[in-house]
This record gives sequence, structure tokens and C-alpha cells, in this order.
Amino acid sequence: MSAISLQDVTKLWGSARAVDGVSFEAAAGRFLVLLGPSGCGKSTTLRLIAGLEEVSSGRVKIGDADVTGLPPARRRISMVFQSYALFPHLSVAENIVFGLRVRDVPVGERAARLAKVAGLLGLEKLLERRPSQLSGGQQQRVALGRAIIAETPVCLMDEPLSNLDAQLRQEMRREIRALQQKLGITMVYVTHDQTEAMTMADQVVLLRDGRVEQNGTPDELYGRPANVFAARFIGTPPMNVIAGVPGIGEDRLLGVRPEDVRLDARGLPATVEAVEYLGADSIVTCRAGGDLVNARVARHARAVPGERVCLAWNTDAVHLFDARTGKRIQ
Amino acid sequence: MNRASAQVQIHGWLLLLPAAALLALFTHYPALATLWHSLHSTPKGVRPAVWVGLDNYRGLVEDPVFWQVLGNNLWFAAGTIPASIALALLMAVWVNGKISGRGFLRLAYFTPTVLPMIAVANIWLFFYTPTYGLLEQFTVGLLGLPSHNWLGTKSTVLSCLIVVTIWKEAGFFMIFYLAALQAIPPSLGEAAAIEGAGRWYCFRRVTFPLLMPTTLFVLVNAVINSFRLVDHIVVMTRGGPDNASSLLLYYIYDVGFKFWDSAYASTLTMVLLAILGTAAILQFAFLERRIHYR
Repeated sequence: MSAISLQDVTKLWGSARAVDGVSFEAAAGRFLVLLGPSGCGKSTTLRLIAGLEEVSSGRVKIGDADVTGLPPARRRISMVFQSYALFPHLSVAENIVFGLRVRDVPVGERAARLAKVAGLLGLEKLLERRPSQLSGGQQQRVALGRAIIAETPVCLMDEPLSNLDAQLRQEMRREIRALQQKLGITMVYVTHDQTEAMTMADQVVLLRDGRVEQNGTPDELYGRPANVFAARFIGTPPMNVIAGVPGIGEDRLLGVRPEDVRLDARGLPATVEAVEYLGADSIVTCRAGGDLVNARVARHARAVPGERVCLAWNTDAVHLFDARTGKRIQ
Repeated sequence: MNRASAQVQIHGWLLLLPAAALLALFTHYPALATLWHSLHSTPKGVRPAVWVGLDNYRGLVEDPVFWQVLGNNLWFAAGTIPASIALALLMAVWVNGKISGRGFLRLAYFTPTVLPMIAVANIWLFFYTPTYGLLEQFTVGLLGLPSHNWLGTKSTVLSCLIVVTIWKEAGFFMIFYLAALQAIPPSLGEAAAIEGAGRWYCFRRVTFPLLMPTTLFVLVNAVINSFRLVDHIVVMTRGGPDNASSLLLYYIYDVGFKFWDSAYASTLTMVLLAILGTAAILQFAFLERRIHYR
């Protein structure tokens, strides 16, 4: 049984299609990431699932129920907002139990659940504080606490880590993932950061211009990108997509990951443009014909800009795309 | 003290000087002078002012008109303050929502504030005119009730003024509430909605508490306004009939500039100052602790 399923969901803003015929399913207890560049409709999709926006057409199902016409409160979901949306005049404790008070949960049970959640998130000492007296990471935890105390089967997150610094983001990434697995929640998580998608997700739905470009596991997205967009979106640096390589055909594009490209004595002739030293390895950027090709080279690459090199790769590392449609071939 | 720091000090005082001079000249000095005058008799052509101590205050306690006017003013305050604030909040919440023509509505609500007070009073004078005024056209012409002199009857005149004032103030206060409402992030309402809060619950536990700083500001203004209304009374009733619509400041104006009893007018002014000062202190003391400032 799938915990969430979208069937041909479309959202129009006037005549613009913010979400255009999106369908996907997430199994219960899975971590699904909606990934895409800004403006691709991922946040709108999340808001459609939450019921904060109404769908123009299509159906949204959560669990067994069709919730398309239901208000957010009756969808049995919780949500963490990008801005956290903590109530600034309420204490941390009051923020977390807000929903329980709305639903008239008895005082005793409320206190017990608050204690459990506070323990889980390490908020015990902060319960009397106001949100303004907390750091960004602590506010994030409070928002998480408010989401998980409801014990809803589905939790939605809208770019929850984008306001945190890099260090904290890495910590929270692990923490959210651990929490999700421990509590067995079905998570729908919106991000534009492919690192978050790759590290946290069971399933990634890659969106562009309101359409699903690829829906699969991180392995599938990385190992078998369905089209040129997916190939160029995933990976740091992303896959090289080269036109006009001899021997593959005029109407085809060749894709190869930077880590599969090596500087060799024979192969595609190219000129080194830049070398970026990252410590464990270096990214050597070369120009081959009209395309820039990145090669990941172990340690500190000795190439210098202007040097003429040849680029080579193993045939099993090659991905082929149709030059006209951008779709994967084979 | 070395020279550099002395210069900084002088600089600071010079920057303060214009504002301080204006405050002292037009606020502090008049207040103290009024206190001084209230402790003296009114100077006459043949006899300068003499020290009378608290005689004027004794006279005030025995003045039945003062008590009537103070009573009027308290009723007026009780009638205008809660009603205008509640109405302002209601209108602000309404025009903050997604409704068509809300720009026009906002403008319409604000119009009473833009109009000059004297013009407003004249318009309302027409509304209240017996027989052919707007109100009478409705009550007499449509409902067939007997004609009534709204502003000329002791029992209705104050209520008529209260209605005008609410009409005038609510739109003004609405602007403050509207600004405050727009500063509340919409995600708070969405978060509350997801937690299952209905619109009324969300208003009670989220929106209204976040509007408290505005409410305090508006309340202080409303209290001050309710004790300093003059223009409408001058145009519409001149305090009559039989002082039934006379408020404190209008009475001060009467005593000071019609009866030329400047000492007693000063005494009344001190009472007004004391009332407003106490009200402001109470409001801040009681509400401040319950207000969350962002």
C-alpha cells in the first residue's frame, strides 16, 4: 500500500502551469525527496499534498483516503516550513504542543508526549524559551518537534535546512533521516540541493517546469539518468554531456561522469582550461570542441591551463542520449 | 576629562538642543505654567493674580458641571474606545483577506480619517437633522416613527456623538491593524491550519496575541482621543443641551475662552492631564507584560 499517491495532479496559476500532470507514489515509511531547480513546482506540489493549495485537476491520496478536497487539518499530515513558522509569542513547549491543544488532547498525555519529543530532539532545557531566544538549529528542532508530536503517518518538509550553515545542515540531515527511520514516518521532503536528495532519500522525484523528469532511487538517478536534464542536474560536478563524439552517431549525445574520465595518451583531444584542487582529488576542466568536459583526477592534478591532453573513458561508463529529445537510449 | 571627550559631549548636547528646546518650550513649560496658574486666582484688570493654594481644586470638587462633564466623558470613552477598536480590528481582518475590490474597501474605510473634522461634523449634522435629515428620512419616512430631535435631546445627544467618533476613529485604527496583520508571515496561519486550528482558534491564539503591540498603541491613542474631542462638539452641539454633550476639553475651552476664568481652566487642565497620565501608566503597566514584541 502506498502512503501517498498523486495522480495526474495539475496546478494552474492563471494560465501558467506550476504543476503539470505530476504522478508519483511513495510507499509507507519511505523518505521521498522532491528535487529540482527553483521554480520547478516542487514546493507547490508539497503544498498541494498538504492541502494549502487546491489542485486544478488530478487526485491526491494519503493512505487509503482520497484527500483531494479535504482541508489540511483532516489530511493527517504534519509539516515543517522553510521559515519554521514557529509562533513567536509562545514558548517552545507551547509551540510543540500547539496541535495537541487544538485537538483537546488531555493534559497528562500532552505532557508525556512533550517529554518524549523533547528528549528525542534534545530540547529539554529549552522548553520555557521563546523562539527568538533560540539559534537557527534549535528553532529547526522545535519545528521538527511540532511536526512529530502529532504522530501523523506522513510528514512534509519544505526546504527545512536551507536557513542553516553548512556544518549544521550536515548534522541535521543525518538527524532527520535517523528520526524518520526510527519513527517509521513517510516523509516528503522538498529540496533543490541534490546532496540532500542523494544522502537522505529512498526515492527521488526530479521535477522541472512542473513535470516529473525522473522518479527513482538515488542509485538510479545517478547511475541511469533518464534524460540529459537529470544527467546534468545530479552529481558535483554533474555528468559531462558531449556532442559530436566520433563513432556514436550524429543525433546522439554522449554522457560520462567526471570520475570515469581520465587524462590519457590517446582519446578525445582537448585543452585544459582550469584545474580545481579539492584535496582528495582535483577537477580538471577541459574544452573538447564546443563542450566543456570535467575530469576527476586523484590527488593534485599536474595539468596546467593551456596544456593539450587527450580524454579517455571505459565503454561501460558511457551513457547515450537522443540529441533531439534528450532521452536516454538503450 | 580630555578635550576630545568634551567635544563629543558638546556635540551630543548640540544635536539634542533643537528637540529639547521645542519640548521644553511647548510641552514642559506650559504644563508647569498651568500648574502654577491653577494655584492662583484669575487675574482681573484691577487685581493681579494672587496665591490661593488649593482653592480652585476645592471649587472644582463642588462644581456640579465638572462632575456632569466628567461623567459624560467617561460614558463617551466607554462608548467609543472598545467599539472603535473592535470595529477597526474586524475591518482590518476583513480587508486583509482575499476579497475582490479590497483596495477600494481599504480606501473607503480610511476616508473618514482623511476628511477634515469640521466637514465631517457638518455632514453628520445633516444626518441628524430632524424631519429631513438622513436618519429621520429612514426612521420617520420609512418606518413611520415619530420625529425626534436627535442632537437636541439630552438622552440621545451623547450617543449621536459616540457614533460619529466611532465612524471617524475605526478607519484610522484599521490602518494600524492592517499594517500589523500584513507583517505576520502567512506561514504561521498555514502551520496553525495544518495543526487543525480553525479560523477563530487561529485568530484567538496566534493572530490576536501578535497584534497586541498594535492594540496597546491604538488603545493609548483611543483613550487620548476620547478626552480631547472638541471640533465635533463645537460644530454639532456646543456642549448642549444643558451640558449633556459637553466633554472635559470642551468644558475647559468654555471656561477658559468664553468665561475667561483662566485659573479654573488651568485647574481643569491639570485634572485632564492627571487622568490621561494615569490612564497611560495603567495601560502600559498592565498590558506591557502580556505583550510579545517581535
